[in-house]
Amino acid sequence: MTPLLIALGAAVGAPLRFLTDRAVQRRLGAAFPWGTLLVNVAACLVLGTLTALAADGHAGSRVVAVVGPGFCGALSTYSTFTLEALRLTEDGRPLPALLYVVASAGAGLAAVGAGWALGSAF
Amino acid sequence: MAAVSAGGVVGAEARYAVGELLPHAAGEVPWSTVVVNVSGCFLIGVLMAVLAVLSRRARPPRVARPFLGVGVLGGYTTFSTYALEAHQLAAAGRLAVALTYAVGALAAALAAVWAGTALTRRALR
Repeated sequence: MTPLLIALGAAVGAPLRFLTDRAVQRRLGAAFPWGTLLVNVAACLVLGTLTALAADGHAGSRVVAVVGPGFCGALSTYSTFTLEALRLTEDGRPLPALLYVVASAGAGLAAVGAGWALGSAF
Repeated sequence: MAAVSAGGVVGAEARYAVGELLPHAAGEVPWSTVVVNVSGCFLIGVLMAVLAVLSRRARPPRVARPFLGVGVLGGYTTFSTYALEAHQLAAAGRLAVALTYAVGALAAALAAVWAGTALTRRALR
């Protein structure tokens, strides 16, 4: 059952990441990977909220499978994130690359914490 | 779009399978996420280097990047689980482990994408 539920969430999360990245690039350009930063932070916020809700018994295991490893897992990405950091470095832009890595980790952790606080408030 | 979605499902199922093979208890280092993210980053380095060479010599299949790169590897690796696990290790009072995990997993993934790219470029030269 769990693999089916994960597939359901991932089938939506992955294309949503693709569409969001494209929409963000159209508005802000491709010089800095704002699109990936946005989907990663958004997925962290949702996953933090979901985990807190589940811990308090407000979200069942099926919802957790669809939204957690399914939707959030596929909405967020590590491979594109590190690839973009490498490309910024190879393009001779080590400072934006470092900023991207630090901002992603910092904002991702902050978003999980904020989501956790939000989910615990219910 | 269908290729991204289908690839995302394949990747997410592979991530789930690794998690089943390498379970971890609460408060322990989540090695399955490390394995998933490091291997996924290595593979995207390989994939992009291969596609770069292919596009110089011939025309690579148009579906390769959306299906394999954005879909499979994007869905396989996960940033949200990584951040959640670092947060949970810290919340469990294991601050040093949380910090080591957050920095160590990140450094390993960055090294992996670099290694995948460099090794593939060398092999295809």
